[in-house]
Amino acid sequence: MNTPALETLGLHKSFGALTVANAVDFRLEPGARHALIGPNGAGKTTFVELVTGALRPNAGQIRLAGADVTQLVQAARVKLGLVRTFQITALFRRLSILENVTLAICERQGIGGGLFRPAGHHRTAIEEAHALLEQLGLDDEALHPVNTVAYGRQRMVEIAMSLALSPKVLLLDEPAAGVPSSESGTIIEVIERLPPDLTLLIIEHDMDLVFRLARRITVMVQGSIMVEGPPEAIAADPEVRRVYLGERAPA
Amino acid sequence: MTSISTVDAFARRHRYHLLEALPWLAAVASYFVFPDYLALGAQILATILFALSADLVLGYAGIVTLGHAAFFGTGAYIAGILAAHGWGEPITGLLAGAAAAALLGFVSGLVVLRTTGLALLMQTLVVATMVAEAANKASFITGGDDGLQGMEVWPIFGKFRFDLFGHTAYFYCLIVLFLCWLAARHIVHSPFGRSLTGIRENVRRMHAIGAPVTRRRLVIYTISAALAGISGALIAQTTQFVSLSFLSLERSGTVLIMLIIGGVGQLYGAFIGVPLYMVAQNRFSEIDPVYWYFWIGLLMVVVVVFARGGVLGLFDRFRR
Repeated sequence: MNTPALETLGLHKSFGALTVANAVDFRLEPGARHALIGPNGAGKTTFVELVTGALRPNAGQIRLAGADVTQLVQAARVKLGLVRTFQITALFRRLSILENVTLAICERQGIGGGLFRPAGHHRTAIEEAHALLEQLGLDDEALHPVNTVAYGRQRMVEIAMSLALSPKVLLLDEPAAGVPSSESGTIIEVIERLPPDLTLLIIEHDMDLVFRLARRITVMVQGSIMVEGPPEAIAADPEVRRVYLGERAPA
Repeated sequence: MTSISTVDAFARRHRYHLLEALPWLAAVASYFVFPDYLALGAQILATILFALSADLVLGYAGIVTLGHAAFFGTGAYIAGILAAHGWGEPITGLLAGAAAAALLGFVSGLVVLRTTGLALLMQTLVVATMVAEAANKASFITGGDDGLQGMEVWPIFGKFRFDLFGHTAYFYCLIVLFLCWLAARHIVHSPFGRSLTGIRENVRRMHAIGAPVTRRRLVIYTISAALAGISGALIAQTTQFVSLSFLSLERSGTVLIMLIIGGVGQLYGAFIGVPLYMVAQNRFSEIDPVYWYFWIGLLMVVVVVFARGGVLGLFDRFRR
């Protein structure tokens, strides 16, 4: 069996009496197109925060390509290729799109703390950022402050920021959240075009998007994994329909 | 815009703009136009450096501080104590003040920068209060309430004596400010400086792109403390006096007011806000020695209501 790209063993997190992750055992195979779904408050985003290191688990282990990263800070996990996007757009709002992406690329190249040369002299970083914007069709507004562009585009910048870090494992937290369905197609296309060796976990509410992208689905309810399987099996699972899809199980 | 020109425009932002010569031309012109006010002029120049140092932490890194006087006062006392105890060489005095302030910035930063927002604000206040109280208690060396007496500052490079009219002091402060401004400008335009604006705009994202946020904040806090220390040392050397007010909360607050009047986070706010505030203070206190603070307060209210980005913010609005 392959070493999973990402794996959690008995991951546990509670805030007082509220358990938000309850002994979560989860595997993400290399190159996976995996979706994590569940009703509001199921602990999906908390799971992302635990895996990326923004939150510390009370117990359990997180392994990245077989290596234990539970004790590593977030920045160190990013360096190992574990990258996330945010459900609620988290960009440098008053900075230009190009600046947003260039900052990410500078960190990946390890020059983000450089004091001696002007940022403008790191031309390869800027060119790489611009090339990425071209690829995503964002280059026409490259110099616009990110808070002045359309919301759908901000979501694209959100994805661009993560791609700038050359991820190996990418956690997309509701990539199309808040985007009108007329525009969400572009985002889905971008995700579909991602390189096949990139391991992808999509946390999503939008079932169209999930069934279009995912080849495997995990359903999470109240901090625990309820069921996992291929999309057809999940769609047909009466228990999932009852708790999540909001339909009564056929009699 | 083609891709080459977009990248070029972006890569060229650190180049000097003609407008940036303006403050320096104004400073040199002031020397000839207001020969009777050189002492005040020197104080303004040194205080601009203090406000500039505050801008680096507040305006760029988003570190809200009410304790910057701790570094200003430390630099002043170190340079002052050296000069009062037989080492009046000004340049090494400045450097010693900078080093002491930087050390204080680094050590206190290790503790206070673990927090953000209001908690951080309170902790910077606590550090400054502790330093002020320590200086008060150590009156055998600082002079306590009476202030530090008996400073003797030697001529710069053994040649330029500090004169009664402030000619030397004016150019001394101007040159030191210029050098520090060059350094600050270089920092702001480095990848490090750019990452500070990232920290100010969105800390969570900065963590998510793998930046060592705490380390970056500590580095700029230390650099800023050093610059504030140089500013304090300049004022100590040119006025030959240091008092506990150098470490006061009022000093920390005033520098923020001056910065906000000028405009935060643009490197030039200090160059507008400080002269405006200090000249106004000088005028108001002559016209109305008792209630001059009222007029300063009114000025502040006007800025907050009508010019949220300070004077520089007004310029930006007209440019659009």
